Amino acid sequence: MSETLSRRGVLGAGALVVAFSLGPRALAQEGGAAPKPVAPGLPGSLKTTPMLDAWIRVDADGITVFTGKAELGQGIKTALIQVAAEDLDVAPAAIRLVTADTGRTPNEGITAGSHSMQDSGAAILNAAANVRMLLAEAAAQKLGVAPDALATTGDGGFKAPDGRTVRYADLAAGLSLHVAARADAPHRPLGARRTLGHDLPRVDIPAKLTGGVAYVHDLRLPGMLHARVVRGPSVGTELKALDEAAALAMPGVVKLVRNGRFAAVVAEREWTAVQALQRLQQAGWRRPGPPLPAGDPLASLNGPSQDEVIQDVGAGAAAGVRTVQARYSRPWLMHGAIGPSCAVAHFQDGQLTVWTHTQGVFPLRGAIAQLVKLASDKVRCIHMEGAGCYGHNGADDVAGDAALAAMALPGRPIRLQWMREQEHGWEPLGCTQAAQIRASLDAAGHIASWRFEVWSHSHNGRPVTAGGLLAGLEVDPPFAPQIPRPIPMPEGGGDRNGVAIYAFPQARAVSHFIEKAPLRASALRSLGAHLNVFAIESFMDECAKAAGADPVAFRLAHLTDERAKAVIALCAEQFGWASRRLSDGRRGTGFAFARYKNLASYCAVALEVEVEHETGQVSVRRVVSAIDAGDVVNPDGLKNQIEGGIVQALSWSGLEAVTFDADHRTSFDWSAYPVARFRDVPGSVQVHVLNRPGTPFLGAGEAAQGPAGAALANAVADATGVRLRDLPLSPERVKAAIGI
Amino acid sequence: MIVLNVNGRDHSLDVPPETPLLYVLRNDLQLNGAKFGCGLGQCGACTVQVDGQAAYSCLLPVSAAAGRHVRTVEGLGTVEKPGVLQRAFETEQAAQCGYCIAGMIMRAQALLDANPRPSEAQIRAHMQPNLCRCGTHMRILRAIRRAAGLPPDGKMEAA
Amino acid sequence: MTSAGLIRALCAAGTLILLASACAGGPKLPPPPPQSFDRAEVAQGFALAKLGDCQGCHTADGGVAYAGGLPLKTPFGTLYTTNITPDAQTGLGRYSKDAFVRAMRRGVRADGAHLYPAFPYDHFAYADDRDLSALYAFLMTRRPVARTAPANRLIPPANIRGVIAVWKALFFHPGPPAAPDPNDPRARGAYLVESLGHCGACHTPHNALGAEQTRQALDGGYQEGWYAPPLNALTPASVPWTPERLERYFKTGLDRDHAAAAGPMGTVIRELAKAPDADRRAMAVYLAELMKPSPAGRGQTALVDRAAAAASAHPQGASLYAGACASCHEPGAPMMLQGRPPLPLGTPLHEADPRDTIQIVLQGLQPPLGGAGPYMPAFGSSLTDAQVAEIAAYVRARYSDRPPWSNLTAAVAEARKQGAS
Repeated sequence: MSETLSRRGVLGAGALVVAFSLGPRALAQEGGAAPKPVAPGLPGSLKTTPMLDAWIRVDADGITVFTGKAELGQGIKTALIQVAAEDLDVAPAAIRLVTADTGRTPNEGITAGSHSMQDSGAAILNAAANVRMLLAEAAAQKLGVAPDALATTGDGGFKAPDGRTVRYADLAAGLSLHVAARADAPHRPLGARRTLGHDLPRVDIPAKLTGGVAYVHDLRLPGMLHARVVRGPSVGTELKALDEAAALAMPGVVKLVRNGRFAAVVAEREWTAVQALQRLQQAGWRRPGPPLPAGDPLASLNGPSQDEVIQDVGAGAAAGVRTVQARYSRPWLMHGAIGPSCAVAHFQDGQLTVWTHTQGVFPLRGAIAQLVKLASDKVRCIHMEGAGCYGHNGADDVAGDAALAAMALPGRPIRLQWMREQEHGWEPLGCTQAAQIRASLDAAGHIASWRFEVWSHSHNGRPVTAGGLLAGLEVDPPFAPQIPRPIPMPEGGGDRNGVAIYAFPQARAVSHFIEKAPLRASALRSLGAHLNVFAIESFMDECAKAAGADPVAFRLAHLTDERAKAVIALCAEQFGWASRRLSDGRRGTGFAFARYKNLASYCAVALEVEVEHETGQVSVRRVVSAIDAGDVVNPDGLKNQIEGGIVQALSWSGLEAVTFDADHRTSFDWSAYPVARFRDVPGSVQVHVLNRPGTPFLGAGEAAQGPAGAALANAVADATGVRLRDLPLSPERVKAAIGI
Repeated sequence: MIVLNVNGRDHSLDVPPETPLLYVLRNDLQLNGAKFGCGLGQCGACTVQVDGQAAYSCLLPVSAAAGRHVRTVEGLGTVEKPGVLQRAFETEQAAQCGYCIAGMIMRAQALLDANPRPSEAQIRAHMQPNLCRCGTHMRILRAIRRAAGLPPDGKMEAA
Repeated sequence: MTSAGLIRALCAAGTLILLASACAGGPKLPPPPPQSFDRAEVAQGFALAKLGDCQGCHTADGGVAYAGGLPLKTPFGTLYTTNITPDAQTGLGRYSKDAFVRAMRRGVRADGAHLYPAFPYDHFAYADDRDLSALYAFLMTRRPVARTAPANRLIPPANIRGVIAVWKALFFHPGPPAAPDPNDPRARGAYLVESLGHCGACHTPHNALGAEQTRQALDGGYQEGWYAPPLNALTPASVPWTPERLERYFKTGLDRDHAAAAGPMGTVIRELAKAPDADRRAMAVYLAELMKPSPAGRGQTALVDRAAAAASAHPQGASLYAGACASCHEPGAPMMLQGRPPLPLGTPLHEADPRDTIQIVLQGLQPPLGGAGPYMPAFGSSLTDAQVAEIAAYVRARYSDRPPWSNLTAAVAEARKQGAS
């Protein structure tokens, strides 16, 4: 098998390779437990929850909209309010939105994968159209006119041609919304839109600017106690014998909750809990298991793999006159939310309530119920915001920790927050990956054949059972750990965006899933797309260079998707690509493009860098991006996401790498895991939106991660003449590459 | 008893004197603005002003703040009547998750109090201690420029 | 020497000024093209530039490497470092190799003017021809950057360059360049320490006119508001330095049993870390030997932790420490679980002078920009002088068996003044 052979060549001779095909992959989605579709013909999450009153309720108090998705700082609340307001034709302020709560909202699985607008946005837009249609029918009956003779007033009512009006609230009393949605309820005409497509200021921002209650961290319940979980410094370590008496002797310490290896200290005051934790940590730590493979961060990718062909088009090897081949990699990366994970849990009268910033309240409920041995209906998980969520961080684990502590102290709400070093040490990481590409170019400089291979650990460790929570592995008896599974294509996990969007006469791509990983791995924003797009888009530049072609023209020549071409053209035009400054050994420009998952947003990024020869320091002078996210609900909200994605991906790609030695993760704080600060971020970032009203919503939250990293690498290569293929493009590496 | 002046008001507090100001602000005074980010003085999420200067409240014992003027983001304005920086952050929609933002505003306030029209390099250097992980930096910079009456599209001086 | 002494010296040596001026004047050729330099020689120059940390002084905060403009605070006012990129107008562009060697060894500018001894030609004078030639090759192949340093702000009479001639007459009597056996690490180390490494520029005490007291070489000195501890048997280190530990410290800025590099040494490490391993090792071998305790000296000091006594002597300091310092420095803190230097071993706590301890509290520690490494936040803006003094008194009492520091509040105020840029 050629993949295996080349893999040996790629990842080092002598590697033990056990390659086998799984056939159809084990059923697994990003996030595991997703609800089952019952109405496949309906848009978005109506497929799984088709009844209208699960989404929208209208009563004398006004309109309430329910979503199973969670606000992660991506602005989903505002966007969903806009969507509902548009098709109900009311002011956004008239809508109350209830987000992910197992006691109140539809089960929409996980808020991840840039799915929120596709799932919940499409469901609510359609439900709103259905509700308006039903209200219009009721109004028509009441006013004795035909439904299509009625016009909405824009403030929650209908108006008949003769000027008579009727309010939604009055109609709602006699109307049941406990009916299934129809797929064909008419939407308001595009030309008449009042809310959708406009910049609505985010509803969550004012409280965040003024010290309002905005996060689960800010929740204060009567009688609440403060807790800290007691663990070794990072995954795979444990503290030696705890000096329980010393901790309990500290004034204000209420309890040391212990169950197997799980321990949490609970105190009246938060600072007391912190001090007690520090006292307990004096025990020192050890690593009970086998040592980590310190040294080469890619070494673990040589482990036994499950292999799958994810693309195989065109027959036979096309004739090429020139072959280009390269290997790319990225290290382990950290989410590193600024606020360590936090949860509040309260066990009273046999009912456990957990306030959490998880991405999936329903799957978490199942895992916690198992952990604390309660029936699912005795556990309620309510989402409240946390600090930045870029995937599966400590949110679920800390909820499990808080739940265990709360079970030991019935009647007292427990607020448990991780320490910074606990978040750095225990959160699941985005895994290391490598990709190899080989292409042959024909005489005309076109790519005739394409071979792509990617090696990756899991991107899906989200909890479905108690064994998916840290505490579940620590209690006695422990729960069985979850076995990582690949996420199937077309979305993919490590192979997300592993199929190049370009049209090649002959192309084959293989995904290698390596189950056994040295560090804890799970979903980090864009999963494998970050590395795969970095690899493919770096390689497209390498091919363009080999063909003597302009990088943008070379991409366009290999594309058939008109929307892709339009985004590239817009980005190139706004950047001034045609008249860009030519590389002078110091300044350079780079371009990259991808359609996220090949089925969500189209995103192109162009940027200009300056490389400081003496230090290898790369400064990004300016960034221009173009995005097609389909029907854009809130253009400024979309720009905010793309800007943020670009800046974050530049930090990942330029600076970041989780380090570890034989015993533990050594990236324990911001001094050991530096990320971009104000002096490191670009001079400017511009985002241009290509709006396509009336087309489906395309997820955009992760669309920039891959293109931004690739554009950076391409610009550095342009500036210095040296191609760097291993992330991060740190000053040390750049300096080493450009030499003295 | 420690008498702590926060946002112009004195509070008599019966708390252990070494308690970092952050915990007193959040738990005793129920002010949410300052956030626990690292407890190590590395990220700035807990930034408040003490006698006008930006300070990490996670590493400032409350006894060290007694007798001095502590200002938190709550002291700059409210949702209804936002302060200049708060309004600028709102106008620029300069937040994603927003966890770092109260600290950002307080550090920026300390800069603008001392230097009402800072250069781009001065703004970036001053804001260096505060981390944002969502990548909202460009909007935060715009908001600071806006509050300072500078053109929102600041340019770094050519190297 | 007092300022009255300085004036006397000026009069006595007046003729020398004239003499020096008469000697002034130098070659003014166009810059040699970068490709005219041998690549191996450039590489050797790179290594030496890293070892000597040229970049540390000749780069402004946030500025272009080697383009100068960094303010250097001296007792005589503020000097701005020069542009040493090969720019013809503002840098070294018109320096011939001979002019460069003369500047390095004699402290004379290409136009004949004297260079202030903040530029340590008293050390560079010992550099051998080959090394200076390599350094010249390295600097002349940098990117020329047009940038003029701000004008120096010095107090009279130091603001008159001619005065430097007097200074040189009094203090600058270098011996001949050294050329040690490259295969003898100790000799190589001694050469590097004394010449391009210019360790004594900070670690040797200076007299009132800013000249090194050569008879107290490496006895410890003051620089930019910091105390550079002795690099000889006077070392206050609790645990003896070994060549291996020093070498690692030069590479990482961190040694668990001593400290993390702080203040000016932080920037030195940033460059020293990029120097060749063999050179770092050679310097480590030599310096470790110098730091071997003298026969009368101490060996390893027993570590002390007198928490209760220190707290009762300095209750306020203990409380401030508990809230401001313990989260990182107390046993059980994350830094301690990760092997960062424990406070009781921190060299500054055992120094006779409190200023390093004070400066670290005021200014904190910075890892190289964007790079991972030891970090400590600055407390200068959040703690008052009295509060910093309390903390310093407490940690000294708790962790050092040396006598208490006195007049700490005044020392904090002074350190603040000297540390402010």
